[in-house]
Amino acid sequence: MADLVHVSGLRVVVRNDGGEEVAIVADVGFSIPQGEVLALIGESGSGKTTIALALMGYTRSGCRISGGTIRVGDVDILSLDATQLCGIRGDKITYIAQSAAAAFNPAITIMNQVIEPALLHGLMTRAAAEEKAVALFRSLSLPDPDNIGRRYPHQVSGGQLQRLMAAMALITDPALVIFDEPTTALDVTTQIDVLRAFKKVIKERGATAVYVSHDLAVVAQMADRIVVLNHGEIRECGVTGQILDAPADAYTQTLMAAAVPRLRQSLPAALAEAPAPLLAVEGLMAGYGGTPVLDDINLAIKRGSTLGVIGESGSGKSTLARVIAGLIAPARGRVLFNGEPLAGSLTERTREQLRRIQIVFQNADTALNPSLSIARILARPLAFYRGLRGDACTRRITELLDLVRLPADIATRLPGELSGGQKQRINLARALAAEPDLILCDEVTSALDTVVGAAILDLLAELRQELKVSYMFISHDISTVRAVCDEIVVLYSGRKVESGSRQALMAPPFHPYTDLLISSVPELRCGWLEQVGAARPLPVMGAAGAAVDTPALCSFVARCPARIDGVCNAIAAPRHTLADGREILCHHPANELLEREARVRQEATG
Amino acid sequence: MRWLDNFVGRLALSGRIGLALVAFWLLLAIFGPLLAPYEVGAVVAEDVFAPLSLAFPLGSDYLGRDMLSRVLSGTRFTAGLAFAAALSASSLGTSLALFATVSGRWIDEVVSRAMDTLISIPSKIFALVMVAAFGASVPLLLFTTALIYLPGAYRIARALAVNLNTMEYVQVARVRGEGRIYIACVEILPNMIHPILADFGLRFMFVVLLLSGMSFLGLGVQPPDADLGSLVRENISGLGEGAPAVVMPALAIAMLTIGVNLLIDSLPRAGGRNAGEP
Ligand SMILES: Nc1ncnc2c1ncn2[C@@H]1O[C@H](COP(=O)(O)OP(=O)(O)O)[C@@H](O)[C@H]1O
Ligand code: SF4
Ligand SMILES: [Mg+2]
Repeated sequence: MADLVHVSGLRVVVRNDGGEEVAIVADVGFSIPQGEVLALIGESGSGKTTIALALMGYTRSGCRISGGTIRVGDVDILSLDATQLCGIRGDKITYIAQSAAAAFNPAITIMNQVIEPALLHGLMTRAAAEEKAVALFRSLSLPDPDNIGRRYPHQVSGGQLQRLMAAMALITDPALVIFDEPTTALDVTTQIDVLRAFKKVIKERGATAVYVSHDLAVVAQMADRIVVLNHGEIRECGVTGQILDAPADAYTQTLMAAAVPRLRQSLPAALAEAPAPLLAVEGLMAGYGGTPVLDDINLAIKRGSTLGVIGESGSGKSTLARVIAGLIAPARGRVLFNGEPLAGSLTERTREQLRRIQIVFQNADTALNPSLSIARILARPLAFYRGLRGDACTRRITELLDLVRLPADIATRLPGELSGGQKQRINLARALAAEPDLILCDEVTSALDTVVGAAILDLLAELRQELKVSYMFISHDISTVRAVCDEIVVLYSGRKVESGSRQALMAPPFHPYTDLLISSVPELRCGWLEQVGAARPLPVMGAAGAAVDTPALCSFVARCPARIDGVCNAIAAPRHTLADGREILCHHPANELLEREARVRQEATG
Repeated sequence: MRWLDNFVGRLALSGRIGLALVAFWLLLAIFGPLLAPYEVGAVVAEDVFAPLSLAFPLGSDYLGRDMLSRVLSGTRFTAGLAFAAALSASSLGTSLALFATVSGRWIDEVVSRAMDTLISIPSKIFALVMVAAFGASVPLLLFTTALIYLPGAYRIARALAVNLNTMEYVQVARVRGEGRIYIACVEILPNMIHPILADFGLRFMFVVLLLSGMSFLGLGVQPPDADLGSLVRENISGLGEGAPAVVMPALAIAMLTIGVNLLIDSLPRAGGRNAGEP
């Protein structure tokens, strides 16, 4: 059977500052048989999106398709004029973008937006389109498929919106669907539902798709065939199994290696014995303007160790870092540093206290002042805390740059002239300039590509050896946290549901939420999604009295697969300590959790 | 000089035209009176409303004074006053906005509400009342126009500053223990300077138009001095015969404002490096 999509010799160029044309995609060719899913994988800037957009005959401003052919069905895309392309886009070829939130109009109901392509291209009547949309909502496992269309985009969650966008893309029965990083912005626990829904709907409709992603493990679940891209060129192309099991190309092998984080060296034994913790948080409650975000948080960071804080977005991780840094005053509880209580507000802390705790933010783009040179950015903490000026300061800046493995000549540049990884290193260097005891790292690798992120993790581990600094490492990615942290705290909607050492958190029993988190991380093998897909139905719950809204109740109750009717929704959960020192906040005792999780795991793999 | 080259190089054609016009008028405002062929107040022509001639390049006015000399001196008044007023409004507005932003909620509330009160007074009427109460003098005109355009400048600057204040680099500075002045001047101000400059240009233009309007009504700069607006009014009786004496100052106002307009329209593209750009 003939291929549905055939691309050959595709070349996309962009005009650079000097006015010359540079190729950002060169000599790319592949074909997709009817009903197959082809994945484009590579780091950011490798040209994935550029190729995906070119399939619709579209280029971003400044770019131009300068050669090659693209055939979809029996249409030669590059020979079409603008009107003909408009006729095809959103009808024969549809596109699902990374951020559904940005793609929906907040002022129009979801149904009207989902059926718009069908009406625009005059494919069916409104009634028929609505009926079809509801069927799609059902296939995509959306809650309340009959009525969800009446809601507005802000009334559904991010994961649901992403699925609704898929419904919009599929309503015209397109020949080709392009998914551009559709789950990158989602939490793992949401991602798994979305992936499952996508997979199901692709299978049911026999759709042909292009799936763009930087995440090998996700691609392994979705694609029949993978194209590995680097700097706009194809490095390797093959069926999924072959790429995963026997990658031929050296670049593919690096990607594979970076996908499974290596364990970094753990705490030196001598330090672990130290008596008082460097930082202790006791009974902390904090929030923004009256709404509590964190509730009853207790934790300690030993000198020279790394504490990992993990949880989904909105669980209060950054708030915790902000409280410790002094940006938000706690409503209750206290923060002890070196055994001494820290004042809640910045103005009451001494400069020395401020120096010893530094914070590094996730987004290096917004964490560096774009109008100051790197030298000025680094010089400020040196002058501020140490009074360094002139030559001494310049020398120290060079040392700092060296410490974060950057060349000294970078000092004269502006942040806008650095790459993402370089910016993150400067971000770190600025914190190091204060010679702190504790660095709060808030999602420092989340915005980076796997390979670049892995290098930052290595750097953090090395700095720890060299400088004996402690970290609080915040992330939503459990594999990263497990790779770098000595102790781990799991947050769920502002509460500490589990905590323990890294070794302890490698094996069950887990708190039901931790378990969900761990089992939702895609594994780098084919068929994982189907196996986990054996669903975890939620046990039925009665409305156990008026206590449902009591804040002391387990906050995970709405999503917990292990919940007990009449207990979890009526009484606050106890915190118990396991033999290995781990704490779990749950009604189930350890042995019950262990049994349950072993059973579920068996079902999943067997 | 390289900086200037860069700046000009990035401007679109319309921006360069605007820049040339603005430079031309600024030079005229500074050096114009030195070039004036005659004394400003001297009646030198035989004819009133004389046409263009070699002796009187822009003709003569209703009393037979040399129009070129009058326009040159009027430009100094108009441009100088407008520049001073716009500069005061913008710099005071920006300073207040920075102060309000870094000082916490209460001060911000108080300053913002005070500015809202000012902005709710209709500007023309306010100007007329001020002139009626205190008489038209150059310092009073300067003060009034600066006050009229202050709240607008404050609003724009505050909106920019509040956004920047939530940026992570500002939080980093705050956690470092930096004082408010450092945060306002080093972390926030440089990142809003481009839109503020564009806003300054806009305000300059507004002041030119307001001053010219008031002078046309006879409430602006008083004789024997004259700004461009008063020149139009003085010579309005020449309108019927199409005398250059009334056309020329009007043309000067138009060229000045159009030049500033063209320049600021193309400013954002020329302005600062985009943080996200590789
Ligand atoms: N509009 C544009 N102007 C200039 N360069 C661009 C533009 N769009 C993309 N690029 C460049 O093209 C390359 C590939 O980008 P992209 O297709 O976005 O890759 P990916 O999808 O893997 O992130 C990058 O080097 C990027 O900087
Ligand atoms: S307390 Fe109940 S609802 Fe909460 S995690 Fe445990 S079993 Fe689940
Ligand atoms: Mg992309």
